[in-house]
Amino acid sequence: MLAYAFKRILFTLPIMLGVSVVCFALVHLAPGDPLVSVLPPDASQSIKEQMTKLYGFDRPYHEQFGRWVVRAVQGDLGTSIRTGRPVSAEIGKAVGNTLMIAALATFIGFVLGCLFGFVAGYFRDTWVDKSASAAAVFGVSVPHYWLGMVLVIIFAAQLGWLPPTGAGPGGSEAWAWDWVHVKHLILPAVTMSVIPMGIIARTVRALVAEILSQEFVAGLRAKGLSELGVFRHVVKNAAPTALAVMGIQLGYLLGGSILIETVFAWPGTGLLLNDAIFQRDLPLLQGTILVLAMFFVVLNLAVDVMQTTLDPRIQRA
Amino acid sequence: MKEIATEVIRSPGYWSTVLRRFARDPVAVIAAAVVLGLILMAVFAPWLAPQDPLQGMTLRRLRPPGTEGYPLGTDELGRDMLSRLIHGARISLFMGIVPVFAALAIGATIGIVAGYAGGWTNTLLMRTVDVFFAFPSVLLAVALAGAMGPGILNSILALTLVFVPPIARVAESVTTGVRTRDYVEAARASGAGALLVIRKHVLGNVLGPIFVYAMSLIAVCMILASGLSFLGLGVKPPLPDWGLMLNTLRTAIYTQPLLCALPGVMIFITSISFNLMTDGLRSAMDIKA
Amino acid sequence: MALLEVRGLVKRFPVKTDFLGRTASFVSAVDRIDFDLHEGETLGVVGESGCGKSTTARLLMHLIAPTAGTIRFEGRTVGTPGLTWKAFLRQVQMVFQDSYASLNPRLTVSESIAFGPTAHDVSRREAEARAHSLLARVGLEPARFAGRFPHELSGGQRQRVNIARALAMQPRVLILDEAVSALDKSIEAQVLNLLLDLKDEFRLTYLFISHDLDVVRFMASRVLVMYLGRVAEIGPTEALYTGSRHPYTTALLGSLLSMDPDRRTSASPISGDPPNPINPPAGCRFHTRCPYAEVVCSAQVPALAPVASGHSAACVMSQPGSGHSRAAGKAA
Repeated sequence: MLAYAFKRILFTLPIMLGVSVVCFALVHLAPGDPLVSVLPPDASQSIKEQMTKLYGFDRPYHEQFGRWVVRAVQGDLGTSIRTGRPVSAEIGKAVGNTLMIAALATFIGFVLGCLFGFVAGYFRDTWVDKSASAAAVFGVSVPHYWLGMVLVIIFAAQLGWLPPTGAGPGGSEAWAWDWVHVKHLILPAVTMSVIPMGIIARTVRALVAEILSQEFVAGLRAKGLSELGVFRHVVKNAAPTALAVMGIQLGYLLGGSILIETVFAWPGTGLLLNDAIFQRDLPLLQGTILVLAMFFVVLNLAVDVMQTTLDPRIQRA
Repeated sequence: MKEIATEVIRSPGYWSTVLRRFARDPVAVIAAAVVLGLILMAVFAPWLAPQDPLQGMTLRRLRPPGTEGYPLGTDELGRDMLSRLIHGARISLFMGIVPVFAALAIGATIGIVAGYAGGWTNTLLMRTVDVFFAFPSVLLAVALAGAMGPGILNSILALTLVFVPPIARVAESVTTGVRTRDYVEAARASGAGALLVIRKHVLGNVLGPIFVYAMSLIAVCMILASGLSFLGLGVKPPLPDWGLMLNTLRTAIYTQPLLCALPGVMIFITSISFNLMTDGLRSAMDIKA
Repeated sequence: MALLEVRGLVKRFPVKTDFLGRTASFVSAVDRIDFDLHEGETLGVVGESGCGKSTTARLLMHLIAPTAGTIRFEGRTVGTPGLTWKAFLRQVQMVFQDSYASLNPRLTVSESIAFGPTAHDVSRREAEARAHSLLARVGLEPARFAGRFPHELSGGQRQRVNIARALAMQPRVLILDEAVSALDKSIEAQVLNLLLDLKDEFRLTYLFISHDLDVVRFMASRVLVMYLGRVAEIGPTEALYTGSRHPYTTALLGSLLSMDPDRRTSASPISGDPPNPINPPAGCRFHTRCPYAEVVCSAQVPALAPVASGHSAACVMSQPGSGHSRAAGKAA
């Protein structure tokens, strides 16, 4: 297994390089002056030149890229143009917040998704299946940011049970695991959980239906194995793929949290990304996209290795 | 040996069988009808909408649904919601369908070429695709749209680029599967050139699954496109787009909650109809026809 | 001059590639085989699974590229400007084992048959007419079958379609790769008889690959026995079946179940498991399972040498002066 993991890591390196190239290119093909957010419009030419030199924007692209990558590998992602604080610090703070809701959302999505999926797969083509599948289709089709707004309307505006936005009375600086703060977690996490719920439910339903239809299950039942035993077998066979899907979904939520975080003003990487785009804060933008993309790549790698370990039938070239 | 071909009894072809099976699924048929209705609504919007979606009287802003003359109320600038929702179908559907079809054309070509050629061509093409596939779709769309700036064309370009990798991957995988089938080998064994074999034997068996997969992406694309507009990175005001409307109506979330939920309802209905329709299509294709 | 001459054909498949893609270990599916195919004959090819029969067929049809070796058709080497692969494939066609997988599920039977000729500049109408007449010739009424799809036919009917498809190219040689192995016995008999009729009518030459020794005895005039990618023995059918000169052939034939209750076999004629094709035994590949094996068998690879007119075997026992105790003459 270790050899396989090593091989996969080796194969991932070119992808990581490609990802960083795309990151860099994305940000630098943006039209507009990178310093426009910092300098007043009447700044003198010499100040402009000084700032440009300071941030290295006057160097040729491949040089800028090279320096950025070398520093990034050491953990230095540059300095945010707008706040003046190191980019890695900003991201570090935000990532924790996003991880909180993303992890919770994935967990909820996984539990509910497995529940619906199992039930649907076991009772295939009955009304139970239809209802569970309907829940899955709902999860996949609903625009989750709209759902967030609807939940805010219901639970915050109308009922007043939960707070509509933010990460706590004092902002995320003063996070504590008490009810006052956890209340803020609930709506964003639940909203986020619908997509993984839908996708996992569909995947598990297909898995369970396929496993149950295989001949070895009929053989097990003929041997006199109880339904509980059959159930355990199904779980064992479905687990690798289900867990893999869950891992990928976590990656998607981490990278794609911007919409939910905008609705709930949750101070995570998504909101950071939003700010960076609209403020045209290039170093912050570059750094955030890179970190989020790398997270996803690493997560994919971990899921891949785990899947091969759990399911020996899967042979990757 | 020269003979005239005799009259033959034709068996129903593949697609007519699929259509028949599709027609027997009530959920899929209803979903398809809704999709058709939405498309028609979009096409005939100027004739269907009672008022001009761009003209509003700020005096009459944020009226609730059921107001005299404004069946679904007015938005934050006093424009008729019903008209804006109907016109919104044009842009929202456009932004959901066009990128997927563009990505289908590009991605399928890449994938089929990579799948049939194999070897170095395959490795080169698919590794490049993998680099873009390594980004979560929302992140890539937002980053691209953020880099290029708001606007319909930019959003369409960004979304097309987001959907090319998954389609290319599916196309490559399906083509590789078909390429190793015996009947393709038999076709190659008759001495036919690669293009002829692809045209006659590979395409017919490959385009179906690729097309259905692409269709299943339309709902996602719509939601993503509306999401971009919601963030301010897509359609620019004052154009009516459901996602943009969700953004601009947020201010009314406490005062007129029903109003601000309406555009989302449209997105939801469209998305779920497309999903149910493509689900039905996939089930209908799921036999060794 | 033989119609088809195969010399030194080799095919190696990489088994493990190192990180840079270079081959670390490989299996020689076909390891230097030579044989001739004479016009008008049926050459049977037999051997266990994995001996390289199907690989040989695919090499002949250019579906996989050979690692080494030449193929000559009517004296001209294939793959040279004198005889391109495309021109060669007009003369040699193949019928596959899996009748369902070898037909495109989206094309009608008639379209599948007509495809080959259209690739060689035959007009669509003429190709379709040819398809219809061939369908009639293989026993499928065109009016009923031409517009059908593969999934609507039975296994035997599909295989007839495959035969018609191969004949549509008007070839001289037909390679039948386990063409009847997947059919029910009664259907198999019908198809075999059809093949015999077609052979006479179209003056074909057959290369008949099969693992079924009884069928090969019925169909073939000469038989080639393969073991682990090499030719073990080749010769006239009856000579092989009654007086085989290679221990593997003897063992293979000995494994045939007899209808005679007095000739029950309780012990298997071949001992041991087939060796690993990646690391074949040194010298004669069969020596690890051969009841007559001696030291000299692992020392050198035995050449395919004549033991009678038109009959050759690759066994040191039949080579005088080879050093085997049963070989005639003294050690060289």
